[in-house]
Order: sequence, then C-alpha cells, then structure tokens
Amino acid sequence: MTPAPRSLDPPWVKLVLIALTVVFFVVFIFLPLALVFVQALSKGWDAYVAAWTEPAAVSAIQLTLLTTAVVVPLNSVFGVAAAWLITKYTFRGKTVLVSLLDLPFAVSPVIAGLIFVLVLGNRTPVGAWLDSLGIQVIFAPPGIVLATLFVTFPFVVRELIPLMQSQGREEEEAALTLGARGWQLFFRVTLPNIKWGLLYGMVLCNARAIGEFGAVSVVSGHIRGETNTIPLHVEILYSEYNFTASFAVASILVFIALATLVVKAWLEHRFEKSEKGETP
Amino acid sequence: MKRNVLPGFGLSLGYTVFYLSFVVLIPLFVLLFQPVGLGWEAFWKAATSRRAVSAYGVSFTTALTASLVNFVVGLITSWVLVRYRFPGRRVLDALVDFPFALPTAVAGVCFAVLYSPTGWLGQVLEPLGFHVVNTTTGITLALVFIGFPFVVRTLQPVLADLEKELEESAQSLGADRLQTFVRVIFPAIFPALVTGFTLAFSRGVGEYGSVIFIAGNLPFKTEIAPLIIMAKLDQFDYAGAASVAAVLLAFSFVMLLALNAVQAWANKEPK
Repeated sequence: MTPAPRSLDPPWVKLVLIALTVVFFVVFIFLPLALVFVQALSKGWDAYVAAWTEPAAVSAIQLTLLTTAVVVPLNSVFGVAAAWLITKYTFRGKTVLVSLLDLPFAVSPVIAGLIFVLVLGNRTPVGAWLDSLGIQVIFAPPGIVLATLFVTFPFVVRELIPLMQSQGREEEEAALTLGARGWQLFFRVTLPNIKWGLLYGMVLCNARAIGEFGAVSVVSGHIRGETNTIPLHVEILYSEYNFTASFAVASILVFIALATLVVKAWLEHRFEKSEKGETP
Repeated sequence: MKRNVLPGFGLSLGYTVFYLSFVVLIPLFVLLFQPVGLGWEAFWKAATSRRAVSAYGVSFTTALTASLVNFVVGLITSWVLVRYRFPGRRVLDALVDFPFALPTAVAGVCFAVLYSPTGWLGQVLEPLGFHVVNTTTGITLALVFIGFPFVVRTLQPVLADLEKELEESAQSLGADRLQTFVRVIFPAIFPALVTGFTLAFSRGVGEYGSVIFIAGNLPFKTEIAPLIIMAKLDQFDYAGAASVAAVLLAFSFVMLLALNAVQAWANKEPK
C-alpha cells in the first residue's frame, strides 16, 4: 500500500482539482452508465428480459461468444510464442519484428475490416476459390473471427514482452541443466512465471474481442440472427428506434465491461504482490 | 556473447512469422497494393475527392481538439489520482479504463441519447445555444471519452515516480507552487504527456463506433474519414475504399514513427 503523500498544494487548489475530476467523471462516465440502465428498464423488467431472450439477441450473444472463444486462445498462443522468441533470443530484425507487432493498434478498425474484404471477398481470386468450395468467409462468421483476430492481435504479446524481459532466462537455463526438456521446461518453469501477465493480456483481449464494432461491421453483412454480434445488434435496434431493447442489450456489454475492470484491478493487485516493484 | 541453449527458437520464430504474416502483414499488403492496380490517376481521384478531403479534415481536427482537451483533463485527473487521497479515489482510478472496456458502439448510442435535444444533457445545453448532436462538437466529445485512458495511463506512472524531494527543494529555494509546477514538474512529465496525446490522437483519427451515432454523418460537415470507406464499400467500390484507407494508413504510420521518436527522445531526457 502506498502511504498518503503529503501534499504541497494549497487546500483550495486540491479542492478545485478534485471537483473538476469528479465533474468530468460524472459527465463522461457515470451519466452514460446510469443512462444505459434507466433506458433499459424504462419499460419494466419483463421488456428488459425479453430484449435479450428474443432469438436475434440470443444468436448475437452466441456469435460473440463463439468469436471470443476462437480469438482469445489463438492470440494468446501467438502472444506466448512471440514473447518467448523476442525475450529469450537475440537475432537480426528483432526491432523490426517488435514494431510490426504493434501495427494493428495504429490501424483504424474500419480498415481492419476492409483488408479482409479485399483479400477474401467474393470478387477476389482467393474468395472466389473458397466460394467454389462452399466456404464463405466475408459476410459470414469466419470473417468476423478474422477481423477480430487482427484488432486484438497485440494485446497478449504486449503484456508479456516487458514481463518476460525483466525475468530474463536464468531460470530456464537452470532448469535445463537440471534436466528439464522442451515443453516440460515451458509448462513447469516459464508458464507459472508469466501466468498473471498472460491472464491480464487475455482479459484485455477478451474485452476488445467482445466489444469490437467497426471492423466487425465491415465484414458482417448484418444478417439478423446469423452474422450479428452483440454490438451490431445494439446498433440495429438503435437505428430502428427501439431504444429500450437497444439499451437492454447494451447493458449486457456494460456488465462485461465493469467485470473486466474488476478482474483487471484484482490482477494488478496480484501482480504487485508477486512482482514487487515491477509494473507492466 | 554466451551461446543460447534454450530450445524452441525455430518453432517460435516460424510460428510468429507465419501468424503475423497471415493475420496482419499479407492483408495490409493487399490493401496497399489495391490502389496500385487502380493506377495512380484513379487512386488520386478517389483519395482526394472533395468529400474525402473534407472527411479527413473533420477526422483530424476533431481528433486534435479531443487530444488537446485530454492533454489538460488527463493531466488534472492523473495529478488528482496520484497526489491526493480522498474517498472514492480507488473507484475513480479503476474507472479510468472504462472507455477502453466499454464497447465503442455502446458509448456511441449513450452519447447520442444523452446530448439529443430531449436527453439529460441536451435539454440543458440546447437552450443555451450549444448544439452537440450532428455537430463536430459531438464527435469531439466522443473522442475525448475514447482518448481519456491513453493520456491518464501514460502519465500516472511518471507522476508517481517523480521525486518529491525535487519539488521540496525547489520550494525551499524560494519557488512558489506555480513556479515549481512550471519549471520542475511540467518539464519532467512533458514527454509522457506528448506520448499520451499522440496515442489518443492516432486512435481518434481512426475511431468509428463511438462517433457515428452522435455525428449525424452529414457530408462535408460531420462525415468522418472511416465512414467514407464504409460508404464506398456499401457501393462495392473496393478500389475507392482502399484508396481512402491507404491515405489514412499512411497517416497512421507517420504518427507511429513520430511516437517512436518522442519515446526515444523522452528516454534520453535526463530524469
């Protein structure tokens, strides 16, 4: 626990700054939060429950769950492999590789969707070939998964690199001289060391995967009950002026966001305890 | 250098390069190749149509304004969260990441309803002459929300590491609080502020979900650049969409390079 710092600021400055911060939080965070629930419940509890038990909502929830269930493990395995490569070895081109990992963060979500339409859309050679095999990627769930993979690509690896960098490779080398081999080394030594950081990255990746809108919107095709994710369903209901249902479905996403923050705070706390002084 | 004996170099290198190529590099490369196939003239025409140029302008100016607002708001918030102790501080601290955790579409519909003429904030602001919905002010507000965590989270650790002794000695040498802030504290945190500003700015330029609901998307007024791409896609004008996207991408890369330069400069700066 950090001790309360003695403040050098005059009391009135302190008061004014705290007041400004609170006002900002009220306008930008607490009011939107309150609005979601007031709107969602404006037609009573039954309408609220009905909004997310109707078939189109259930199918949107299923598709979002399916997408995250594919995306989070894939990007986590990649994150561990890439972080292992970057922090345990020295090789030519490493700095270039590290900066390429960040690339998806610099790209607009709409562009992230667009690139997969350009590669795999029905009018492209690859897309036409897949189509002839009966596989549709764009305007179908595989496209949604791909666009989400791209957008959430850096989250896990970005958390792991600084963590594994600070741990060095002494422990692995020691285990190696003691006779540990290959995967045994990884599962017995490396994984326990990085588990909190890995989980932290996965939580961030998961939050973004559930909530991604722009990229998914491009590749989805917006077929109700088939290719809509939860955020897309919120948009459709909203554009039909069905505000109550739209906010009712949005409230699921708000719960997930708040849960993410709680888990994140808890992991940060764990992290500080296990790695004194190491902040991600 | 000691020979590295750890196993798995080939496997991790192969897998990393394979996955990176298929998920990120090849699709991006195809996008950049698209305008080439179109020919320079057609590319230029699509990328610099009047509507597209006006959309770049809307995206850049609103993202810039929003990041400037966050420069100030983020500084105040980080200062308050790091330096003061008051009830509810931990809750506020955890909620800083709320804009990141909340899906952008939800933020978008919330702002659109809050600031509509009948909304909680709109009915106060409209009679005073502030129109938020369907204006660039609305876009800017949404981008302030989106960019906020970037500035606060880059600034907080730097402020926390700042040595109290430095301020105390400045004060004992006769500097008043304002002088101490301007001469001692501000220069030390400036690189972090610029980093946060740049992150928020580049995120803001590409932002889509939180903006489109409040923007009204009026051509030449409140239409953002990512929306032009969307509109061209709806008309199956793939090459046109790719041309506008290429311009935005080029801009993002410049921002990324600038960010690296800022960070290199910040690391060189004596603490």
